[in-house]
Amino acid sequence: MSPSTRHEFQSRPSAARRWESAALWLFRTATYVILICGVLVFGNIVFKGSKTVFTTTAPFINVPFFTEAPESLYVFDYQGQKREMGDREFRAFKATHPEAKEIKAESYVYSAGGIFPCIVGTVLLVLGSMIIALTLGVSAAVYLSEYAKQGRAVTLIRLAILNLAGVPSIVFGLFGLGLFVIYLDWNVSLLAGWFTLAFMVLPVVITASEESLKAVPKGFREGSLALGATKWQTIRKNVLPYALPGILTSSILGIARVAGETAPIMFTAAYVVRDKLPWEGLTTVSDFFFQGVMALPYHIYVVSSKIPQNEYTERVQYGTAFVFLVIVALIATCSIVLRNKLRNRYKW
Amino acid sequence: MDIKPSFTAPPSGRSIPVTPSPVGSTLIDIDHVDFFYGASQALHDINLKIEEKKVTAFIGPSGCGKSTLLRCLNRMNDLIDGTRVANGQIKIRGIDIYDPSVDVIELRKRVGMVFQKSNPFPKSIYENITYGLRLQGRSNKSDLDAVVEKSLRGAALWDEVKDRLHSSGLGLSGGQQQRLCIARAIAVEPEVILMDEPCSALDPIATVKVEELIQELRTKFTIVIVTHNMQQAARCSDKTAFFYMGKLIEFADTRAIFMNPANAQTEAYVSGRFG
Repeated sequence: MSPSTRHEFQSRPSAARRWESAALWLFRTATYVILICGVLVFGNIVFKGSKTVFTTTAPFINVPFFTEAPESLYVFDYQGQKREMGDREFRAFKATHPEAKEIKAESYVYSAGGIFPCIVGTVLLVLGSMIIALTLGVSAAVYLSEYAKQGRAVTLIRLAILNLAGVPSIVFGLFGLGLFVIYLDWNVSLLAGWFTLAFMVLPVVITASEESLKAVPKGFREGSLALGATKWQTIRKNVLPYALPGILTSSILGIARVAGETAPIMFTAAYVVRDKLPWEGLTTVSDFFFQGVMALPYHIYVVSSKIPQNEYTERVQYGTAFVFLVIVALIATCSIVLRNKLRNRYKW
Repeated sequence: MDIKPSFTAPPSGRSIPVTPSPVGSTLIDIDHVDFFYGASQALHDINLKIEEKKVTAFIGPSGCGKSTLLRCLNRMNDLIDGTRVANGQIKIRGIDIYDPSVDVIELRKRVGMVFQKSNPFPKSIYENITYGLRLQGRSNKSDLDAVVEKSLRGAALWDEVKDRLHSSGLGLSGGQQQRLCIARAIAVEPEVILMDEPCSALDPIATVKVEELIQELRTKFTIVIVTHNMQQAARCSDKTAFFYMGKLIEFADTRAIFMNPANAQTEAYVSGRFG
């Protein structure tokens, strides 16, 4: 009997079938809407930012943008031509062209120069806070899942940690301000920023680490203990290495968050402008930790809302945003590479 | 006889050597032991003497407490919250292993275990076997090499893996993995090897190999094996203990249990009328 004649397994239109179709299209549309939004947002930043970041001549990258500190932009007419120059260049120009001394130039703050100090500051903030967050977070996760007696107290602790994840980042900023900057008298410093950002990302790290530790089979622990290992020996040799890839995956999410948050660092670590780079002007080792830095997200905020907006500031905004995305992607890529290496080494 | 406890951790980190008792004497004395999982009682008044350098089998239907008792012997039940041994003692060479002065780590070095589901570590075969030795601080390469060969030969696995000692233990077949776990257990030279249904996850050919291995090992180690498979107990063991609902029903020479059981329940179980 050929399938074209009517038979008992014949497919028939029905309400269930229509709903199935509708559901499929709903989910598909939702996914594509999200994809389009993502493309639009990233596309917008990449498109506008690349005007600042890339140049038409070799070496095709706007190197001064990456290597210089922000400075004011001067726009003026000279011999019928509209010229734009950064602060240093303008002063040198005035020195070499004495007749130009009287020229009135419009100045735009932070619209020239580069964002090198911001890049350095963000990288330092991310590295320091992730080291602190991973150390504290993994230790807490090991305690909660391996050592602590499961009961009311541990459930309450986990609940408290989850609640921490819902705290607004500005509240973290105020917490950091109150505890680290004022009470511990660290002032606006890398240390204060590190700890504030670390506490902000701690819930994610702890939860993901606990999940990774739980995923390691019980047989590894039992086998190790049955051979006469202590609990810590078992965890160190037979559990933690196999949980590391999962822990590092959580750190990738943490990195993106830590790099992008403005509110926690606004009061605790970031300066609007600083003329020294973090390794300049240090007299003692502790000077390095107790200095504030410039940071990319804060710079975007300053350039976007603290100063008058015009076409020149827009350039810097998008350029900074573009660079910021690239840096987060780079750090995340390093984390992924490290995770894959560990996954291959500790395969189970 | 006043025996100095040999399960307390010696200051040097090395195990204190123990003079073995003559063959046929009691190594493990389980004396009026009750066992509780929280509020529910899993073992009732167990009295059992396990003899040295013999294979003792625990048989019985599911849930009768045989695995529970086995795990008491190396205190693996301590890992579960709320468990306790009450009203009796488990003595190994006269020392109560639940005494507070006993170091569980030292106990587990002397009483090894092979699990039902083989659990080779996801390391190389070599590292699996040297795991227990490194815990004891032994790191001399030639020493470790010698022990690895001895253990793998002892587990009848040497010929099959001698060319790939540094490949992953997970790449072996099920039967080989279980023999690797046995090799790992004997590498630390325990006195007792506890086997919790070691062949239940293995195919018949691998099962035969492991049973032959048990026969070879009994000359050097005291073996306690829990098994669901009565025929396996009949083949492998010298003495058999039949458990039912947390009670020890009968304990005698294997031949007696299977040919001529004294208890009606034992007879019903070994002849297959229930279980």
